[in-house]
Amino acid sequence: MAVRKPPITTREYWAPGHAACAGCGCATALKLATKAFSEAMEEKFGDPNAFAVAQATGCMEVVSAVFPYTAWKAPWVHVAFENAAAAASGVEAAWKKLGRKGKILAIGGDGGTADIGLQALSGMLERWHNVVYLMYDNEAYMNTGIQRSSSTPYGAWTTTSPPGKYSIGEDKPKKWVALIAAAHQIPYVATASIGNPFDFIRKMKKAAKVDGPAFVQVQCTCPTGWKSPLEKGVEIARLAIETGVWPLFEIENGDIWNIKIQAPGGGAKVKREGGRVVAIEFKKPIEEYLKLQGRFKHLFKQPEAIDVMREQIKAMWKVLGVDVILPKPEE
Amino acid sequence: MPIRKVMKANEAAAWAAKLAKPKVIAAFPITPSTLVPEKISEFVADGELDAEFIKVESEHSAISACVGASAAGVRTFTATASQGLALMHEILFIAAGMRLPIVIAVGNRALSAPINIWNDWQDTISERDTGWLQFYAENNQEALDLILIAFKVAEDERVLLPAMVGFDAFILTHTVEPVEIPDQELVDEFLGEYVPKHAYLDPAKPITQGALGFPAHYMEARYGVWEANEAAKKVIDEAFAEFEKKFGRKYQKIEEYRTEDADIIFVTMGSLAGTLKEYVDHLREKGLKVGAAKITVYRPFPVEEVRELAKKAKVLALLEKNVTFSVGGALFQDFSRALVNVEDKPKIVDFILGLGGRDVTFKDLDEALEISKKALAGEEFEEVNWIGLRKEIL
Repeated sequence: MAVRKPPITTREYWAPGHAACAGCGCATALKLATKAFSEAMEEKFGDPNAFAVAQATGCMEVVSAVFPYTAWKAPWVHVAFENAAAAASGVEAAWKKLGRKGKILAIGGDGGTADIGLQALSGMLERWHNVVYLMYDNEAYMNTGIQRSSSTPYGAWTTTSPPGKYSIGEDKPKKWVALIAAAHQIPYVATASIGNPFDFIRKMKKAAKVDGPAFVQVQCTCPTGWKSPLEKGVEIARLAIETGVWPLFEIENGDIWNIKIQAPGGGAKVKREGGRVVAIEFKKPIEEYLKLQGRFKHLFKQPEAIDVMREQIKAMWKVLGVDVILPKPEE
Repeated sequence: MPIRKVMKANEAAAWAAKLAKPKVIAAFPITPSTLVPEKISEFVADGELDAEFIKVESEHSAISACVGASAAGVRTFTATASQGLALMHEILFIAAGMRLPIVIAVGNRALSAPINIWNDWQDTISERDTGWLQFYAENNQEALDLILIAFKVAEDERVLLPAMVGFDAFILTHTVEPVEIPDQELVDEFLGEYVPKHAYLDPAKPITQGALGFPAHYMEARYGVWEANEAAKKVIDEAFAEFEKKFGRKYQKIEEYRTEDADIIFVTMGSLAGTLKEYVDHLREKGLKVGAAKITVYRPFPVEEVRELAKKAKVLALLEKNVTFSVGGALFQDFSRALVNVEDKPKIVDFILGLGGRDVTFKDLDEALEISKKALAGEEFEEVNWIGLRKEIL
């Protein structure tokens, strides 16, 4: 009987026994990311274990390293909330002096990356440390109980952006940290999603193999914070891609004029010019993504807010150099 | 053969770092300690120091990178002052809690507001509860020596705590003095190579560092820092003794000067000790029975030595460049703790002076002496006294 090779290593670095919530999309992201990293290390250095992790305070940190237990099978260090990038810089420098082969993986959530840790991230990227920074983006401060971050999307309910008589929920568009990272002209920047795990694995491997800094921003679902069904995480993440809410792209060497946009799927029509995506006509309305999440429930009573969201998404794609058509749901 | 060079305390600190051979240095420039990373940059640029020097974007990242590097198992050094140390505050606790033997050189400087770049000790004193060991240098030679000793003690398996060495802004950081640079071979013998036993990020032996501590374990971790501070007392004495044997310079946690038969003993730290010794000579010439004591090791606080000192005097007059509100100075609090249950203890008078770089003159010390004499005579005295205060501008 023929045995198929698994699409990714069966080695575990983020092991079972962690304390993440049921249905946690970020746990999936970390599990895949470390597996991909290990494969890249094996291919690059001949040693699948040639990496260490420096992680910011956050939900994925507290659920994976509860003394005296650990979910980490890789060497791992946590220092504080805002300094994963700085701590990783130190680890990388030490490894260089120790003559140790391998690469450092820094991990932070959206709060620890887009907000309080942005300065340390910028410093680390600018100094060209040989570190991959993985931002797992569940779009709010989930560690402290669902407060808005600068990565929270427009319209979302959080405990500090509650909808009310004078509030639509979060009233600012999402901050796109991947583009800020790209402005450092580093070798590799990508967005990814647990809704497209093979693409995510490919990007993590690519990031791990470049010489110099790389940044990957992966959207991962949070059933607790998004008020979404436990079993629908991957489906919701996939819908974010297929409705245009979450663009998948790669930027190499800071060349934002050569941004590589991935086709979203879901029946979307993609127009290319010289191999470059210039327009996308999405077929699925963003409502399909929104309706599965309690955090957007209030918007359905104010459809004009969803239109505002559509305009913001178009504006965001415009920055990426793509004209998009976002359909309204059929009546 | 050791060589003698005329240098500022900042250069002495950089030389100490060079001699200690740290593998990673991460630093951000801040007045008055900027020359430390500048000089280290030169050593690295010239190949005289084989280290990674991370030019970080802030002091917060400097100490964070040091924690990362130390957690990866290498000797690590940084330098800062004042606001920079305050910006590191959060991570100082973490470095101590993770038991990482990082060494910081601090050009002791006042904290804002108002912004002030000159000397007092409020920056390091404010970090006294982080778990870090604290040494204070009287002169540039001590700045160099104490950094080497700090590495030795910090890395001792019985201790494993980070350490900071303070030297007064401008009074030392920018003043040139002759400094003896010890032989590299002797320093190598004294320090040895740092071989981490508890902190390393090695894929061959993966460990988790910096975990979450529930109530069931947090207190024990803090007690570990307490115990290590206590253990450091003996280790420091041993390091001082070994240092004296190797390099010929003697250090003590509390250094006494003409305390024999003294009625009043002035106590201070840092460069003020130099002024104080002069002042004591001056008073002794007049026949006054006064002495001086210098606190070289502030954390762990030398409780036993303070009790010994207290036996020798009727009045202990503390001269402090820091403020602890509702208390006076931090030394006043520490001395009170050391002597609270001791019978026949001397009176303790506290003097706050020299804040924000204000000169401390013999005239100021005369003022402190007059108040101390009142205490000696059994008259009423103020426990806390601000010396040299310009009352006319209040």
